[in-house]
Amino acid sequence: MLSSAKQAGPASTPALVGPNGRWFHLPPSVRRLRRRASQRRLVPYMLLLPSAVAIGLMLVWPSIQLAIYSFQNYGLPQITGAEPTQYVGFSNFRQILTDPEFLSSARISVLFAVVAVPTTLAVGTLVGLLLNRLGRKMAAFVSTVALIAWAMPAVSASVMFVWLFQPDGGIVDWLLTKLPSWLDGGARWSGFSWTNAPLPAYTVIALLVVWQGFPFIAVSVLAGLKTMPGELLEAARVDGAGPWRGFWKVTFPILKPIFLVLLLLSVIWDVGIFTQAYIVTGELGNRDEYNLGIYVYDKAFSMPPAYGVASALAMVLTLVLLVVTAAYVRGMVRQGALS
Amino acid sequence: MSARSGSRRSRKVTLNTLGVLVAVVTLFPIFWMVSTAFKPATEIYSLTPQPLPLHPTWANFQNVLNGSVIGMPYWTFLRNSLFVTLSAVVVSSAIALLAAVAVARFRFRFRSTYLIMLLIVQMVPQQALVIALYLDFRKVNLLDSLIGLSLLYITFSLPVTVWMLRNFVAAVPRELEQAAAIDGAGPFQVFWKVLLPLVAPGLVTTSVFAFIFAWNEFIFALTFLGTDESKYTLPVYVTYFFGRGTTDWGAIMAASVLFTLPVMIFFLIVQRRLRTGLIAGAVKG
Repeated sequence: MLSSAKQAGPASTPALVGPNGRWFHLPPSVRRLRRRASQRRLVPYMLLLPSAVAIGLMLVWPSIQLAIYSFQNYGLPQITGAEPTQYVGFSNFRQILTDPEFLSSARISVLFAVVAVPTTLAVGTLVGLLLNRLGRKMAAFVSTVALIAWAMPAVSASVMFVWLFQPDGGIVDWLLTKLPSWLDGGARWSGFSWTNAPLPAYTVIALLVVWQGFPFIAVSVLAGLKTMPGELLEAARVDGAGPWRGFWKVTFPILKPIFLVLLLLSVIWDVGIFTQAYIVTGELGNRDEYNLGIYVYDKAFSMPPAYGVASALAMVLTLVLLVVTAAYVRGMVRQGALS
Repeated sequence: MSARSGSRRSRKVTLNTLGVLVAVVTLFPIFWMVSTAFKPATEIYSLTPQPLPLHPTWANFQNVLNGSVIGMPYWTFLRNSLFVTLSAVVVSSAIALLAAVAVARFRFRFRSTYLIMLLIVQMVPQQALVIALYLDFRKVNLLDSLIGLSLLYITFSLPVTVWMLRNFVAAVPRELEQAAAIDGAGPFQVFWKVLLPLVAPGLVTTSVFAFIFAWNEFIFALTFLGTDESKYTLPVYVTYFFGRGTTDWGAIMAASVLFTLPVMIFFLIVQRRLRTGLIAGAVKG
């Protein structure tokens, strides 16, 4: 855009270069053109300026500050100005590593991701494969319905799941008491509290994450499947491959880049998951139910605030995710996403 | 009927049944939320839950709207949410369009640097950013401020919107712009008369993303609006409801429905376009 074609008329004026290689006596029209050309070089930077300033101020600069705070004793006395801010070396990091709460929340975060990520990917992929086999109208209907779950605010979805799993009046406990005993149903589920202990609470959160996360996976996988030549699977079927082998030998290798991106995004989303865990585990205070996201938040915003320690922790979390991100960025560049 | 077409038909029935099953399972929690919102208390806490309210009532919604449950009416928070969301959508779309034009139409030195930065910054976890940004905003007196919050939402939606919009800009044939320029249109006319109408569908798609993000955002709203209840946006309001001792599930579900409804309506209007845009953002289209 901003094409210079309009000014193309007099541009054919030959450049006047003296024997010493220097410009001399440029007619006014050519001088104007050269000025325009140098202005034109500035245009992309002008266009980028607003977004670069905003991102720089509110995304890049805070990340740098975080790194600085993580080596400082930033806390309540420092924020009120009662005591000066000092560099304390690695003491914040040491403090975290020796904190049993950190270890328990890290364990919860890792176990949660190990269960929730593959489950979401598997359910999403199965639904994506199903959508690909459905008729056009049916596929549109199912994917619209699924994306409703995706677009649902995390807060509403969490509150809604807490209600489904409520001990009094919730439908899940009621259904479980009605199940036959060989399916582990029965009276012991009556009034069972899902949110008071880590395992049941994160079971609810995992179901919630799968419920909200699978539509995105399904729609992305479907988009990948649509680009696949149908003859490939047909050929595999003729050669006697069942649907299972057909998927792993044909579909999966072709869609591997998409799966890689989806896997990385899911890991990034699930490891420090905050909103859902915050609401389902009952806001702050239930320390044995903290994951890394809530633990960081608690360190920074529960009284007394320990911004330095929280920053150190946030740094560790960010660096771990950055390794994942590096793989993501590399994948995107390989796919030619920057072109 | 031959055996072959019979098995094909039965396969089709199986697939459609599975499709309906996925839809039903997905919709069930939402159905239950809406159904609960219309139930009187006696039915909500009944020992045998009924799928549909036997005596449907608007009472839960009335209590939420006039604020009789926690003393704060819904409308205040709707206004707050609309303010931050709409300003985020409008401003970030405008800024992102400029940046998208730059990266899609120009080759310049820091182009790939800028694009890679976009990919990286959207991966920095919000729980990390919230700490440094809270301290910054505290210094410049932007806490408890809806303008401060909307500044954040504008910025946070930029990486995704720029990334998606540049595909839409790149898809507009250059020849159209050149033709307009030859006909005597200046750069701004080319932008308004040619490019903008053609990327409008793209703008709608990215606006939906910005809208859903800002409308649903919780952690920054929770932290930055901490002390002033009258500034709460809807997600904070819903959890406030949920947290403060009230176990009035009818009211909580009604509040959730009222919070979810606008984003659902918005989503359903544009979902057809969204389904393609969703992929353009995640995986290069």
